[in-house]
Amino acid sequence: MRRLLVLGGGTAGTMVANKLRRRLDRAQWQITVVDQNDAHLYQPGLLFIPFGGYSPEQVVKPRRQFIGAGIDLVLGEIDRVDPEANVVLLADGQRLGYDYLVIATGTSPRPDQTPGMLGPLWRHSIFDFYSLDGATALAGALAAFDGGRLVVHIVDMPVKCPVAPLEFTFLAEAYFRHRGMRDRVEIVYATPLSGAFTKPIASAQLGTMLDERKIAVESDFMVERIDDDTKVLVSYDEREIPFDLLVTVPLNMGADCVARSGLGDELNYVPVDKHTLLSKAHGNIFAIGDANNIPTSKAGSVAHFSTDVFTDNFCQHVAGQPMTGSFDGHANCFVESGDGKGMLIDFNYDTEPLTGSYPIPVLGPFGLLRESTANHWGKLAFRWMYWHMLLPGRPIPLPAHMSMAGKHQPAVQQTTDQQTTESTSRKAGQS
Amino acid sequence: MTVTTIGTAQIHVDTEGFLTEYDEWSEDLGRQLAAQIGIELTDAHWKAIRFLRQDYPEQGETATLRRVSTLAGIPVKELFTLFPGKPAKKMAYIAGLPKPHGCV
Repeated sequence: MRRLLVLGGGTAGTMVANKLRRRLDRAQWQITVVDQNDAHLYQPGLLFIPFGGYSPEQVVKPRRQFIGAGIDLVLGEIDRVDPEANVVLLADGQRLGYDYLVIATGTSPRPDQTPGMLGPLWRHSIFDFYSLDGATALAGALAAFDGGRLVVHIVDMPVKCPVAPLEFTFLAEAYFRHRGMRDRVEIVYATPLSGAFTKPIASAQLGTMLDERKIAVESDFMVERIDDDTKVLVSYDEREIPFDLLVTVPLNMGADCVARSGLGDELNYVPVDKHTLLSKAHGNIFAIGDANNIPTSKAGSVAHFSTDVFTDNFCQHVAGQPMTGSFDGHANCFVESGDGKGMLIDFNYDTEPLTGSYPIPVLGPFGLLRESTANHWGKLAFRWMYWHMLLPGRPIPLPAHMSMAGKHQPAVQQTTDQQTTESTSRKAGQS
Repeated sequence: MTVTTIGTAQIHVDTEGFLTEYDEWSEDLGRQLAAQIGIELTDAHWKAIRFLRQDYPEQGETATLRRVSTLAGIPVKELFTLFPGKPAKKMAYIAGLPKPHGCV
């Protein structure tokens, strides 16, 4: 009997286990999923909880319900992987041997990594919304907020769902407007990036939307610490941003068990080949979803699209054949912009988010980088798709690889040979 | 891509002036690139620059501040002092590496 062990029963781990169960002969393959608890959190739903949009019951269901027949679920804390012995050790002393290991332990917010964040203000004036506790506590704080300075803040990249902080900001602005108190709330968006988003076209569009909503952007802001006495964010270059209410996205890090196993980089992400997700260090270990270090968004859509490619590749790999599938970094994210509207972005390793439209049979097309109510409804409908289609690993009619259909090609950037050293160095000095 | 001249060296750079050919770099060129943005390289600077140069071919990407801090043992605060303003970009510029892309 060959043994496939999947660490983590979240979005990526559940999808992969279910898809591979259909592909791998039950007489020859045992599939086991390990997770520390039986609560599967629908993470995209967290965004709406601070504004009373979802109740906690709507976003948490038992993991067991989504792990298909013929797959063992083991609940327990993972101590570490011993990749030389092909064994995973659990904290309670269990030893789980494997022939192939899939690491899907995700990424988590780590407020402990920023001095002052977990001080007396935590969950009083400082909140995160990437955890169910944090999002729920923030709902109370927003309802009680009677004006002042709201700072939405990102500690460092990468963060999972990198558009979520912007979405939160748009939704907060609309929320205060609808409560008739927008004039009493100053909103600041503090980011370590040089603009609203990572890539130029989306950054310009999203930056304009922040301007239109009178939201100030504090860019290139790398937080060093939070001063709890004065309620101020302090950056490494000694800039200060005072706040009355701070909604922060703490540093995101991969699981500590990855670090304990010696399998992680400086943020506990597993270095993998970005096209096959195979570990760079071990030929029988893959890392999928947020747990790996591929240079694209940490997002459910990436987990989904990469899983499609991964499943075929895995079957080839275990049959001793070369893997022929190549993941392109495809990500696809709805971006809530407030007032019942949203946008869509679609991109991959090589193509940044562009304007245009995204064709989907029957439901679409959806506007890319353009606000519409259809995009908002698409985002809300996705929760049903997630529980009923995505996690069970049923086919969804979205191609795994990004398509240029409907996208507007940007004009090719002009470069000249006459550029002088002076202008070159000036640009680098500024950037 | 653009060809530009720094000192006596002809180098290939992108539209923002970042060197695009890893092998066109030398420590002497690094010194001149640093001078272009007003930095005189000390031993402390070189520790960071040499780490970036050695890390890039292994990783295929320019190291982030956090990576330099963790693996080369230089506190982030010190990197901001050595390369004021935007240390990640300035280090990449001097080390002749692509601008670090903020992950999407």
